[in-house]
Amino acid sequence: MTFLNELDAIGRGLPRRDGPAKVLGTAVYAYETPLENAAYVCPVQATIARGTVSQLDTTAAEALDGVVAVLTPATAERLASTEDRELATLQDRKIAFRGQVIAAVVADSSEVARHAAALIRVTYAQAAHDCELRADRDDLYAPERVNPDFPTDTTEGDVDAAMAAAEVTVEQTYSTAMYHNNPMEPHATAALWDPAGDGSLTLWDSTQGVHPTRATLAAVFGLDEAQVRVVCPYVGGGFGSKGQPHVNVVLAALAARAVPGRPMRLALTRQQMFALAGYRTPTIQRCRLGADHDGTLTALEINVVEQTSKVKEFAEQTGVPARMMYASPNRRTTHRLAALDVPPPSWMRAPGECPGMFGPEVAMDELAERLGMDPVELRIRNEPDVEPGSGKPFSSRNLVGCLREGSARFGWSERDPRPGVRRRGAWLVGTGVAASTYPVSRMPDSTATIRREGDRYVTEIGAADLGTGTWTTLAQIAADALGVPVSRVDVRIGDTDYPMASVAGGSSGMTTWGSAVVEAARAFRSRYRTEPPDGAEASGVVQPPDDRYAMHAFGAQFAEAHVHTDTGEVRVPRLLGVFAAGRIINPRTARSQFIGGMTMGLSMALHEISVLDPRTGHVVNHDFADYHITANADVDEIEAQWLPEHDPHVNAMGSKGIGEIGIVGTAAAVSNAVWHACGVRVRDLPITLDKVLHALE
Amino acid sequence: MNTEITVHVDGAPRRLTIDTRTTLLDALRERLGLTSPKKGCDHGQCGACTVLSGGRRVLSCLILAVTQDGAKVVTAEGLAAEVATAGGEREDGDLHPVQQAFIDCDALQCGYCTPGQVVSAVGMLDEFARGWPSAATPGTGAPRLDCAEVAERMSGNLCRCAAYANIVPAVLQAAAASTGPASGAEVAR
Repeated sequence: MTFLNELDAIGRGLPRRDGPAKVLGTAVYAYETPLENAAYVCPVQATIARGTVSQLDTTAAEALDGVVAVLTPATAERLASTEDRELATLQDRKIAFRGQVIAAVVADSSEVARHAAALIRVTYAQAAHDCELRADRDDLYAPERVNPDFPTDTTEGDVDAAMAAAEVTVEQTYSTAMYHNNPMEPHATAALWDPAGDGSLTLWDSTQGVHPTRATLAAVFGLDEAQVRVVCPYVGGGFGSKGQPHVNVVLAALAARAVPGRPMRLALTRQQMFALAGYRTPTIQRCRLGADHDGTLTALEINVVEQTSKVKEFAEQTGVPARMMYASPNRRTTHRLAALDVPPPSWMRAPGECPGMFGPEVAMDELAERLGMDPVELRIRNEPDVEPGSGKPFSSRNLVGCLREGSARFGWSERDPRPGVRRRGAWLVGTGVAASTYPVSRMPDSTATIRREGDRYVTEIGAADLGTGTWTTLAQIAADALGVPVSRVDVRIGDTDYPMASVAGGSSGMTTWGSAVVEAARAFRSRYRTEPPDGAEASGVVQPPDDRYAMHAFGAQFAEAHVHTDTGEVRVPRLLGVFAAGRIINPRTARSQFIGGMTMGLSMALHEISVLDPRTGHVVNHDFADYHITANADVDEIEAQWLPEHDPHVNAMGSKGIGEIGIVGTAAAVSNAVWHACGVRVRDLPITLDKVLHALE
Repeated sequence: MNTEITVHVDGAPRRLTIDTRTTLLDALRERLGLTSPKKGCDHGQCGACTVLSGGRRVLSCLILAVTQDGAKVVTAEGLAAEVATAGGEREDGDLHPVQQAFIDCDALQCGYCTPGQVVSAVGMLDEFARGWPSAATPGTGAPRLDCAEVAERMSGNLCRCAAYANIVPAVLQAAAASTGPASGAEVAR
């Protein structure tokens, strides 16, 4: 692989190419695809958490004027594959979680579809359900692997002996809440089954990967992939929940096949998304740290308890970042799951790293407090020479640089370490720090094609732009790889008619697709030199990574927290993130990615929690009135900086993924700042006023 | 039950026969095929559906279309044309100053909340110019359009990508561009 050295477009803060269409609102998202005579699909959801549908009376619904079809387990087509039980919808009458789809109405208008859905009478044979995650359950089990394919447990040395011998220890339990991705665009699909010939299915779907969605849907319906086309030029946010197709996509396709030749529109409501579109499992993290008086870690342990669903296993890799973050001769990490009668958890921005850098990073702050040591210095003291566990050298690791740069910018050196001693009016003031990390991932398969069309260079790849900037950044990469001005490069993405691209997940997009584009450009240049004729074309395939190196991005997050002495209200007037993430392709869109992630981390720290009532299995706060995400006025000063980092090993661009690292560590930095402000350690997210109020009286 | 109404949308009269249960949002999206007003929650909780009706920002998902017979509705797509009508000098492809400021400040990512943010900003600047106070307005003295005012007044529009830190400067930039030094409202950074 040729490392790109002569750069013109890469590194420039070009405005995003999709900007004008998005500010006008003319960019077309899945549901909005212009289609003649479309029908509307409205799902019906179970109102019990476990049992069987004993009766489903659809008479009144079917009699309603404008109803086209009613899909039930009795009428829906048998799917070719029911292996993925989340997707095996309307195949039987069993109910595995509250909110599961038990029927759907197809109608001429959305109003009629909704009206008819409400007319369906359901009787249940209800069974006892179990929806409560607790660490003391006696049925916790060890999954075979954790997401996506990490060992469930790891052990090095002897943690128990090292803890017993340690001069200073911390032993605490930390917990993170159940979170819902909540992209602003609901999960939505337009679907058309054309019965001509062997039939063909077109899905205009809001997805982070058109090719992976095609592969899944083709398998579920027993179709050749050539019979399925998936189109998605714009994604209204995903944050992982659109990384894999959920049941709504299958339901839209089922409806389309039930009414051949007529296009269907199906958008989940915001409320339906809380049961049907994935979420992040709550986690309970038992952390132990042991250290010498000088701060050198001698033991590091995290034992994670989290939930999965009985219908489909998902094991979040919460303990994984603790395996490589700091040096320690003795280390143990474990994951245990409770399989509950709940919807399947799934990917949400930085699965593993996001929750898994909360407990350990607050524990590090608690250790620094006990040692009487600065928390920045404690982290620097435990910097490993090589990646713990694998023993591989880091392709680049600049955590120390991020901590030092952040300290200087934030004014950390003037910090008085004592908690609860700074008062500004009615507010107690504190500051906190935490580290961030995220792996550099490259997917095994992606192909790009570059073609000369007139005086333009056209790059085609089925990639996705979730707001990440792909429309713009792929053009910058193609331009430099071809050695042509970026203004002459067009990008076409988001359609299975273009070459195969991997999912936009695990911050792997730029590394994977960008590498394919560079390979295509290399082939193009070697074939056509500097005089490519009109129609000249070459393709390139992403190559495997250099596995001699451990590859990760790093960062340091600094937070200022204010705690109101009368009400316990917590505000965060200042957040600073400093990152080392390789070469930044586009500083303008990169900054948005970083601060967007940090703001979502702030949201996790202070606001977000899905309240699952164990009596009903229902997320009771299933809308934006009750599931609080940061609003504009919750964000004050927020700043992202990055270090210049030259890493020739990660990929031809020298870039590391940046879509997820911003959310990693933010909540810990805020919790640490809240402790510094008011002296209360909040180990259980979110940091709401009831958790600090008792100490303020 | 169906009813006939005429709504002026982005400058053009649109005659519709609609189900009386239809919201203004669904009328715009599902009957007229417009893509600019977005559906994020359908409950007035996210702001993605914001349009101007009679010059005021409203949540189109909370308004029944039948109540809009004769109303003048402007979506983000129609904002640039509105400016052209008023000033008479704008050309095709031009954007409203708020839209240009959103691009300049990278005040968007996925783009789904963006048209609602843009319309909300236009409506909000008009409210400010009329002297309407907000929770961030001090009790005494002339209101200043600063970061806190903009953040407060834009908090009805959620952005999960969290472009807030760029939306605030974008709105201030647009306000400075459109009001100019001689106008009434004092704009502060």
